[in-house]
Amino acid sequence: MSDKVPVTVLTGYLGAGKTTLLNRILSEPHGQKYAVIVNEFGEIGIDNDLVVGADEEVFEMNNGCICCTVRGDLVRIIDGLMRRKGKFDAIIVETTGLADPAPVAQTFFMDENVGRKAKLDAVVTVADAKWLQERLKDAPEAKNQIAFADVILLNKTDLVKPDELSEVEARIRGINPYAKVHKTERCAIALPEVLGRNAFDLDRILEIEPEFLGDDGHHHHDHDHHHHHDHDHHHGHDHHHHDGGGLKHYHDEDMQSVSLKTDKPLDPDKFFPWVQDLVQKEGPSILRCKGILSFKDDAERFVFQGVHMILDGDHQRPWKDGEKRESRIVFIGRKLPEEKIRQGFESCVA
Amino acid sequence: MTDTRADIPSVVERTRPVAAGAPVVATHFLGDTAVFVLGEEALLLVGKDGVERRVPVHGGAILAAACDGDRIVTGGDDGKVVATDAQGESTVIATDQKRRWIDQVAIGPGGAVAWSAGKQAYARTAKGAERVLELPSTVGGLAFAPKGVRLAVAHYNGVTLWFPNAQSAPEKLEWKGSHLGALMSPDGKFLVTSMQEPTLHGWRLADGKDMRMSGYGARVRSLGWTVGGRWLATSGSTQLILWPFQGKDGPMGKTPRILAPTEVQADVVACHPKQEVVAVGYSDGLVLLVRLDDGAEVLARKPADAPVSALAWSPTGSMLAIGAEDGAAGLVVL
Repeated sequence: MSDKVPVTVLTGYLGAGKTTLLNRILSEPHGQKYAVIVNEFGEIGIDNDLVVGADEEVFEMNNGCICCTVRGDLVRIIDGLMRRKGKFDAIIVETTGLADPAPVAQTFFMDENVGRKAKLDAVVTVADAKWLQERLKDAPEAKNQIAFADVILLNKTDLVKPDELSEVEARIRGINPYAKVHKTERCAIALPEVLGRNAFDLDRILEIEPEFLGDDGHHHHDHDHHHHHDHDHHHGHDHHHHDGGGLKHYHDEDMQSVSLKTDKPLDPDKFFPWVQDLVQKEGPSILRCKGILSFKDDAERFVFQGVHMILDGDHQRPWKDGEKRESRIVFIGRKLPEEKIRQGFESCVA
Repeated sequence: MTDTRADIPSVVERTRPVAAGAPVVATHFLGDTAVFVLGEEALLLVGKDGVERRVPVHGGAILAAACDGDRIVTGGDDGKVVATDAQGESTVIATDQKRRWIDQVAIGPGGAVAWSAGKQAYARTAKGAERVLELPSTVGGLAFAPKGVRLAVAHYNGVTLWFPNAQSAPEKLEWKGSHLGALMSPDGKFLVTSMQEPTLHGWRLADGKDMRMSGYGARVRSLGWTVGGRWLATSGSTQLILWPFQGKDGPMGKTPRILAPTEVQADVVACHPKQEVVAVGYSDGLVLLVRLDDGAEVLARKPADAPVSALAWSPTGSMLAIGAEDGAAGLVVL
């Protein structure tokens, strides 16, 4: 299991700085060797015989699900690269600025051969501090990339004023409160912040808390205002005294996260049919989901995560003595039927 | 249930081990010489006398290999198509101008060779004329018809049938989804593709009738015809799956035969050239020889450290070459 090659997916809208980050990853003296799957040759300034051109061929699967797509070129390229296993430590997939990260991620779950040899490490999105707000208005791809990300580099911070920067950060938070956001200039960042994240590793699902809140039991409140669809409306300043930044709270009108929790144990015979049915029906609008579950009469924590309709879950470890047995799930998606999801989740209580 | 096979007949002791030293991605025979195609750079030729020779053929990964018994053609990530004979003599057949990966190769009757790089399929007949065909998406598989120079090119949403030497427009066989491998039946009547999904698709070429062969647990990565083309043997399940092709309708309306059940995935199959016997390699390293007559099994390799990745019979069926993902390999001399 552990000898699977980690794969980092690098996304970001046109001009945000993906290539800058890629060149940084390849040129820093870290002693690691990367195989790189790029869309356009020639942009990389580093001589590397493990650079492969991709075609971004998105293939639908014949399973009746329109959101079940894989990147056909990745299936082929990863199989080819694995013949040189041992010549590199990790793989980086750079997508085009207009790419949807979902087919890339799904390839690792849908293709058994790829899944056997490689594992998705994280989706890293580079966002342009100056232009992201505009792109969020006119480019659904840019919003997808933010919503899908595990790590976001809010780049080119030197080109904006501090208040613009906190504005754009609040926008990002309104879409995806769970990603780790780093503010950078010219993508200057310590590489362990973007590589080796294990973001898709079930064993690493430790807690599900919005990143910008403290972990001191402060309750986030994103389902208190799902009815506010005016996305310029900001409120809840006083809820945010822990983050110190006075970040505004935005609610994106079409991409949100729904976070639910209960301290009552769940019934697995109710939960699994419910969540399966939910992702079957809402799969196209659910980009990512994640959960830590406490089942009745079950001494172990159950964790799951998903991409669109694909769910992956397992028992993780025994609940610790004194650990609060709480079930917590989060969905990030487009126009999610929050009330329906909440009611469904609540009906899973044992 | 591999552990319960302790009491079946075994030919394991007739195995001559071969230290390939690198993952074996395919194996073939050139006469009595076994050829182990390594993941990178070289072929390992093992003669009947046991003498091993490493023949360097590519400057990187070897992505595809095909063999007609006289020579083995390989495609590499160095953009080269290379042919190698039993003496270990290698010839570069083609070099992609942009040094793109050579994803697929095929050998046809009369020495015709085909290869693909991205969305282009190339064919060259023995006379040396090279033709190129543009496809709508990346080529997933190439297969020559048993007679004449006719090439099946598998891609997204179907297969293109191409006569590289004719002026006529290529014929299209459509079926939604990604087709990743192609195989023609020995009588040239059927074409089968393996798909991204765990399923096979087939066409009866006379009328283009579709055949769906489904029920697999995993993508079918290995398939082959038993002697005379009576059965299509396939991997992709925890058993050996055999589709009947004796009648003019192929497997349509019929269920497959299922033999050699285990608890692990069958990854590779190889059909004996003279008898209805199939060698099956499993993901736990086990290799079984399965007789279709009565389902009798013979143990050819015990479970080991890595999945079986390559199997091939010698032309007479007296030797079986076995290769594994971890570089373990062997020749079973029957």
